[in-house]
Amino acid sequence: MGLRGPSRGEESQTATMPRRFVSPSRVRAVLLVLGVLVLATSCGWSLWDSPMTTVRPRSDFGRWIDDIFMLISWTTLVIFVAVEGGLLYCCWRFRDRPGAPPPRQIHGHTPLEISWTVAFAVVLLILGIPTIRIIFKTQEAPAATDLRVDVAGHQWWWEFKYPGLNVTTANEVHLPVGQTVAFHLQAPDVIHSFWIPALGGKRDVVPHRVNRLIMTPEAPGEYYGQCAEYCGTSHANMRFRAIVHPKGEFEQWVKAQQAPPVESTDALAQQGKDTFGKSACVGCHTIAGVSAGVIGPNLTHFASRRTFAGSLMQTTRENVIKWIENPDHMKPGALMPNLGMTGDKSKALAAYLLSLK
Amino acid sequence: MPGTQAAKTQGVLWSWLTTVDHKRIGILYGSSAFIFFLIGGIEAIIMRLQLARPDNTLVSAQTFNELFTMHGTTMIFLAVMPFSASFFNYMLPLLIGARDVAFPRLNALSYWIFLSGALFINASWLFGVAPDGGWFGYANLSSTQFSPTHSIDFWMLGLQILGISSMLAGFNFIVTIINMRAPGMTLMRMPLFVWMSFVTQFLLVLAFPAITVALILLMFDRFFGTLFYAPSAGGDPLLWQHLFWIFGHPEVYILILPAMGIVSEVLPTFARKPLFGAPFVIFSGIMIGFFGFGVWSHHMFSVGMGPVADSAFSIATMLIAVPTGVKILNWIGTLWGGSIRFRSPLLFSLGFIAMFTMGGLSGIMHASPPVDLQQTDTYFVVAHFHYVLFGGSIFGLFSGIYYWWPKINGRLLDERLGKWHFWLMLIGFNMTFFPQHFLGLIGMPRRIYTYAPDLGWHFWNMVSTIGSLIIALSFVVFIVNVVKTMRSGTPAGPDPWDGRTLEWSIPSPPPVYNFAIEPTVHDRDEFWLQKNGDGHGGKPASRPRAATPQDIAAIHMPAPSYWPLVLALAVAVMVSGLLVSTYQIIVGGLLTLFCMYRFAMEHHRPAAGHEY
Repeated sequence: MGLRGPSRGEESQTATMPRRFVSPSRVRAVLLVLGVLVLATSCGWSLWDSPMTTVRPRSDFGRWIDDIFMLISWTTLVIFVAVEGGLLYCCWRFRDRPGAPPPRQIHGHTPLEISWTVAFAVVLLILGIPTIRIIFKTQEAPAATDLRVDVAGHQWWWEFKYPGLNVTTANEVHLPVGQTVAFHLQAPDVIHSFWIPALGGKRDVVPHRVNRLIMTPEAPGEYYGQCAEYCGTSHANMRFRAIVHPKGEFEQWVKAQQAPPVESTDALAQQGKDTFGKSACVGCHTIAGVSAGVIGPNLTHFASRRTFAGSLMQTTRENVIKWIENPDHMKPGALMPNLGMTGDKSKALAAYLLSLK
Repeated sequence: MPGTQAAKTQGVLWSWLTTVDHKRIGILYGSSAFIFFLIGGIEAIIMRLQLARPDNTLVSAQTFNELFTMHGTTMIFLAVMPFSASFFNYMLPLLIGARDVAFPRLNALSYWIFLSGALFINASWLFGVAPDGGWFGYANLSSTQFSPTHSIDFWMLGLQILGISSMLAGFNFIVTIINMRAPGMTLMRMPLFVWMSFVTQFLLVLAFPAITVALILLMFDRFFGTLFYAPSAGGDPLLWQHLFWIFGHPEVYILILPAMGIVSEVLPTFARKPLFGAPFVIFSGIMIGFFGFGVWSHHMFSVGMGPVADSAFSIATMLIAVPTGVKILNWIGTLWGGSIRFRSPLLFSLGFIAMFTMGGLSGIMHASPPVDLQQTDTYFVVAHFHYVLFGGSIFGLFSGIYYWWPKINGRLLDERLGKWHFWLMLIGFNMTFFPQHFLGLIGMPRRIYTYAPDLGWHFWNMVSTIGSLIIALSFVVFIVNVVKTMRSGTPAGPDPWDGRTLEWSIPSPPPVYNFAIEPTVHDRDEFWLQKNGDGHGGKPASRPRAATPQDIAAIHMPAPSYWPLVLALAVAVMVSGLLVSTYQIIVGGLLTLFCMYRFAMEHHRPAAGHEY
């Protein structure tokens, strides 16, 4: 790093100056803080890194937004420094001094007023023109070649359907890298907002409307998403993941999803299937060949998903049992009722669900 | 004067309950606002404590949702608006050289209706059904299907009651400012606080009908089974958003313009110079008020209005930054060449300029719809509007509190504690809200009661929580200051700051009739002119002659009345009947009609001993 403290020579030079504005101890303190920051960044602690960061865009849509955000940020930074600097300068330069004459009673300066009004208007014009260009660019009609994904925002989980591929999944949307995808957003209950920060901006999911969000993911990876419009008790628990696959891998995933559910030979799993088929589970959940409920998530390939229940938890045996035994405890207000499945029943159900690869 | 005699004989409490004196009503508004400000602050602290760590379990999801709903509702409608109203009440008549507002009893009615609405909303806590739909109460989450308890009812009906209060006050002050100015005070000679308040009153009377309509439709949906916002029946939840924000955006300017007015009074006093470019500041305020009605859909860029609407509202929003920027530069121009005394009122005003500038600049970012798609409903926006409403409105209002406190109470607030309050508040404020910009940019949505530990959000959330505790500490210092100086503070005298406007020409606290002799006005800075001349070699303006006892005896002041209080109670009985029984609605309605009749007829014939 090019960040170095003043050498000994410089420091002693400062010390011999007749009038010091900054004491060496203060210089050392500032350098210490900077040093800690540099160290922290080099250790991998970065302000901008998060699975939900908006400032490391991984799609064309995200990049366009970031470009204009950066343009506005730098412009406003210049204005910020000028205004706050001017304010501080005035406070220092025109502070009350004992015995000073009363200030001249100036009422204003019209040419100055007109020029800064015009200056502001010009700056905003500079920001407005690219803004409008990007507005239109990001709201074009989808092309026939786009991969269509129908998104339904439910209280409080996400459903993803691929109409062309006959695949339905929940809380985990899979996308191929470099392929333009058109999300068609619908809400069966209240307003939600569909947002994968690393892949670009959000779009509200409004009942009885179909909103669209079009983007091309540019890098493989697992990106976090979350509902961004307040939608009731468990709004905070309405999360999901977007998994962008490298070329070829997406097709494998689609094939696996299209296959019928795996029949497990495990006795406990068989018992779980039995329990599932005989209980109220079938009223809400679909498992291909077993049940056809549509209120809750499709569980046909439940075990292929990394997380479940609004992407709240990792798909592990303990978590699945805890969830079945008391959904409301994990996700307050959850619409899945507590069916009194405890002990052997919840263990068997968990075994069955985890067999659904 | 029977009014003052009644006050003496019937006790202090009764005199406050029946007061129609604009100064007393101003104090009532101010003290109520401060109590609600503390309640809203406690709600905020609990939220900050919950968010300090990931997966925290201090409060439940439901409680957290109630807290942010009530924090927003309280701070906007029960703290900042009545704080502003307390200054409208107390200061406007003094600044325009009047003895009271145009309709003193209506003024009292505004306050009592405000108080009953505020208590009504907060009563929901006692019934365990605090509103939980957000201060914006979006349809169709607010429908009986998705919010079956009375929580939304308390919120909706409470806001309706508060709306009546705001409308009444708005009309009252418009008439007051137009009709009651002292001779010689042309519109362009009005002090800036009067001007900004004047614009605010028009926003109040034009914006509140929109939310009233929205709330009436919601009331019909919830109580009578209509389907205005029900998408399944062809209703449209976005109708609510449009109606709400065409109120909601002007509301932002209702919250900020009075603070801008205060700053425009404080800066000239402490820089000892007239406001730089006053006509431009005035017209900027008018333009902000005007454009304020044309930008509401910038709250809705993510709902999918289409590129044309997005572009139009984006340009309109950027346009509103022009008059705002002009104001900021004029305030700095006021300091330029001045002789600045750094007393606590000025510090808060400087804090206003510095912080509001930051809020304005981050506002330009999400005026651009593509950028807004990343920032809306995240902590970036939370940071932005707290820079505007806390860094702006609250700093401005506290500037006003420190500035006019000696006028209102006759004693100065302690300067050393005032400075402690300012610096703690400034540091705490920036520590709380600046990191929220980062949180928003790394993806933290608003209104979430919890978050996972693997998102990298915990560090800045912890910083933010510590900052909020520093803000709380700063208000402890303020309360100590108030308690300490209430009895033992330095007596202020009529003109402690070497003021420029008329309120400093009369005693502190002012007598009940304000001005013994009606002043004649020659300049915006009339009192400065009386003291020093115009600064261009002109002679000081003539001061009003000294008042004689006969002058004082001839002053006619309005008599106190209990009808405003009783009428407000009747309205509260009627409205709360919607949650109890139809009979209560009918009884309350009849009572309201009766009280309105008595209110209207009270002075129809001369009261005993009262002359016309």
